[in-house]
Amino acid sequence: MSDKIPFTLNVNSREYQVSVEARQTLADVIREECGLTGTRVGCEHGVCGSCTIIVDGAPVRACLMFAVQAEGKEVRTIEGMADGEELHSVQRAFSDNHGLQCGFCTPGFIMLITAALEQNPAPTDEEIREMLSANLCRCTGYQNIFNAVKQYVGESTETTGAHKND
Amino acid sequence: MPQSSQETPNNSYPGAPVRRLEDYGLLTGSAHFVDDLQLPGTLCAAFVRSPYAHALVNRTNTEEAAKAPGVVAVHTLPDLQPRLTDTRMATGLPSRSLRLDVKPGVLAGDEVVYAGEPVAVVIARSRYAAEDAADLVEVDYEPLDVVADCRSALHTDSSAVHRKLSHNMAAAFEFDYGNTEDAFRDADLAFRESFHLHRGGAHSIECRGAVARHDPATDHLTLWTSTQRPHGIKRVICDLLGRNDDSVRVIAPQVGGGFGPKLVCYPEEVVIALCATILQRPVKWIQDRYEYFLSTTQERDQYWDVEIALDSDATIRGMRGALLHDHGAYTARGLNVPYASGITLPLAYNIPAYHLDVYVALTNKVPVTPVRGAGQPQGVFVMERLLDRAAGKLSIDRAEVRRRNLVRKEQMPCRKSLRLRGDTEVILDSGDYPATQELALKHAGWDSFRERQQSALEQGRYIGIGLANFVEGTGRGPYETVTVRINASGNVAVASGATAMGQSTQTMLAQIVAEQLGGDPSRIGVTCGDTDATPLGFGGFNSRQTVIAGASAHAAARAVKAKAFKLASRLLEAAEHDLEIDGRAVFVKDAPDRRLTFAELARAASGLPGFKLPVADMGPGLEATESVIIDDMVYANGSAVAEVEVDIDTGRVTVLRFLVVHDCGRRLNPVIVDGQVLGGIAHGIGNALFEWMGFDEDAQPVTTTFADYLLVAADNMPEVRLFHLESDSPFNALGVKGVGESGCLPTPAAIVSAIEDALAPFGAKLNQAPLTPAVLWELIRSAPDSAPDTAPPGHWRAPDIDKDAYRQESLDGR
Repeated sequence: MSDKIPFTLNVNSREYQVSVEARQTLADVIREECGLTGTRVGCEHGVCGSCTIIVDGAPVRACLMFAVQAEGKEVRTIEGMADGEELHSVQRAFSDNHGLQCGFCTPGFIMLITAALEQNPAPTDEEIREMLSANLCRCTGYQNIFNAVKQYVGESTETTGAHKND
Repeated sequence: MPQSSQETPNNSYPGAPVRRLEDYGLLTGSAHFVDDLQLPGTLCAAFVRSPYAHALVNRTNTEEAAKAPGVVAVHTLPDLQPRLTDTRMATGLPSRSLRLDVKPGVLAGDEVVYAGEPVAVVIARSRYAAEDAADLVEVDYEPLDVVADCRSALHTDSSAVHRKLSHNMAAAFEFDYGNTEDAFRDADLAFRESFHLHRGGAHSIECRGAVARHDPATDHLTLWTSTQRPHGIKRVICDLLGRNDDSVRVIAPQVGGGFGPKLVCYPEEVVIALCATILQRPVKWIQDRYEYFLSTTQERDQYWDVEIALDSDATIRGMRGALLHDHGAYTARGLNVPYASGITLPLAYNIPAYHLDVYVALTNKVPVTPVRGAGQPQGVFVMERLLDRAAGKLSIDRAEVRRRNLVRKEQMPCRKSLRLRGDTEVILDSGDYPATQELALKHAGWDSFRERQQSALEQGRYIGIGLANFVEGTGRGPYETVTVRINASGNVAVASGATAMGQSTQTMLAQIVAEQLGGDPSRIGVTCGDTDATPLGFGGFNSRQTVIAGASAHAAARAVKAKAFKLASRLLEAAEHDLEIDGRAVFVKDAPDRRLTFAELARAASGLPGFKLPVADMGPGLEATESVIIDDMVYANGSAVAEVEVDIDTGRVTVLRFLVVHDCGRRLNPVIVDGQVLGGIAHGIGNALFEWMGFDEDAQPVTTTFADYLLVAADNMPEVRLFHLESDSPFNALGVKGVGESGCLPTPAAIVSAIEDALAPFGAKLNQAPLTPAVLWELIRSAPDSAPDTAPPGHWRAPDIDKDAYRQESLDGR
């Protein structure tokens, strides 16, 4: 079981040379080999969504993917969101709306929302709720997360001129 | 979606929606939870857990595991015992009512008493290697009879949860005041109901976990653990490892939610700390969700059998009955959950006579300790369901029945004939409960609901409305220490035994201190949950920290301000009443150029060798430590109204609308208060409709993933509206009450009331929670056939119990 496979992992536009067992999950390798501990593991069975990252533009549960499967793909994690001290607008919307309390599930939600809204920049309220139901939060009751998404959608449709459909 | 409005414009509104200090690190991923600590050379642990709910452990063979790749050590209890002062952990609160002394073991010895109990630990170079090797540990179990149901646990022919004990009555106690005999003898209406209430786990999204490091040069042991109570953990570690207090530091790093179970000291924390000292390497254990389901404490089952007596005008004359509480296999915290259930029942209403026998039964299941709300939601549920039932029997509106019995504003402060576990009196401090209910009814459109219901019914839709009031005891004393210091570099540092797990504790303390010292709370550094920063402390539970730590922070900040003014007055040659403070400096009001920065003041206050201090009678430094003693609890209240729709073809319930009118006294930060209440409501919706911790007849857990055990998700949340009254508490200087758990309290009661209302055409009588679609569908399907007096599911009648027949016994044979 301990045969290691060397390969290059591209995370947040930076290349990491890693050598890991085939069975190691992407979440574990990002955390332990790349030292990017913002991707947090809540259930290890693909339900809670805390470990959500973006792989080639799609939100992915990093606990359900082997690290070796990410070779040649572009991985984005929470550490790639802010520009220095300047928060990304999704992050700022969370803070503005008190969309986080303990903050453990927050990186997963932020990556989920970021990827989902890249695919559908002007979701309806129903689509937002459905999208958020992919991940679990025990602190907030989701309403302030919903409000954060609404703020972000409002800001980004304002700047892009995209049409709100509800 | 959420709306919040200020209903009391005449009240002072001192709270500001300050942005949280905690957010930046959490939003960027840079904050450190326990699993994010990556100390060089760290070894990883995996625990071998019992697959049986009850068995003898005849032999354990660790040879194969020890030879597995990457394995550094495998330990069982006999390996660790020489380094421990005791094999059992004293983690529970004392009570005279306890009959059985059943402390959890550090690891299991010759008997396991719940599925998931740790039996051995494997330490390896990676977690993968440790888990592989854990599978190689051979344990020869001899299965024993299992006690899977607390109802049969007290039968005289029941097997024993622990083979060394003769019975399963962990404790028996009672609440008793007034004359219930008289109350029932002359009542116009008296009836009896039984209830089954189930709450599952807390399920913070971060599971538990611990990292320990021993420094041989100083013989200093540091334990980082995802806990609500670092000081309590430190006490157990020091005692069991035989270490003095100065050689152990326990730190709660960022904690990813607690909700109750993280207040207990667990075997893993002791074992990890000990292994780090044995191996002289940092050791990490991170619990996975499967282990959380198996081994993190839960709240589970209560059965109630209660009678209520009323006059024909719905005035309550008295209540009596029994509560049977599932305690699990060990006492991990004490009797606080059933105690809170029993004390909550009569809190909101005037009830002249009350008698409740409480039986606490051992079962072969993971121990029960508080989950957000800690037994109070069950007490609220029973009370509110009885009032709904009384309303039906008397043909009086449900709200009117409550109106006639709620404790009134002019009764405040209202002394109840009840005592807290530490024997202090229950005194409802403030609040206008009837006004709270009226506001809830108004916002919910209670009076016009019947019309809406009728027109929905004409369209084949079954909608219903439900109401629940609650009063919650918050702010458990006796104190929480807070130190406030202006450092020589000019920054303000606050340290407290308070412990944060998502409640914005740092922001709360910073706001209180900033109110005194001026300036922006974000410039104040707050250290929580570190036993080196504050030697005495209790931590986060019982919605206590804003009340208790808040009081000390307020007092300490005032003391520091007084010192700064005294010093500045001397140095600036100005009267103290002419001075002002702005978070960075103290200055003369009319001449702001005459100022001393915090750094200048702190340096002056520290003194110089050989020189007199500038103010002789002040002592050195700009620092104060306060531990304001508060024994009385303060009582928050609220009223919830739920509106639901039931799909009669599937039993699915949709919560259409939900609102709470809430009163937690002065709100220091309204945004944070709303966040706490919303989170509690979500948890309460889970308890009403979804969360079921299943065990089979062998006490094997059968819901051990989030696919089987359902948490509320974003698409299950209704529109929630929050409204606030602010009845400042007269019992503390800030006028505050706790808010962390309140959302949980009325939610299941209000939702189940609404479901019963929606299903009135089917004669539904709902005395349990959670109500899953399967339960409701069965009830709807069988409605025409069932006799009106059919016992509902979960029915329990208290047997005649001779409390004196259950002896005091101990696992140690003492």
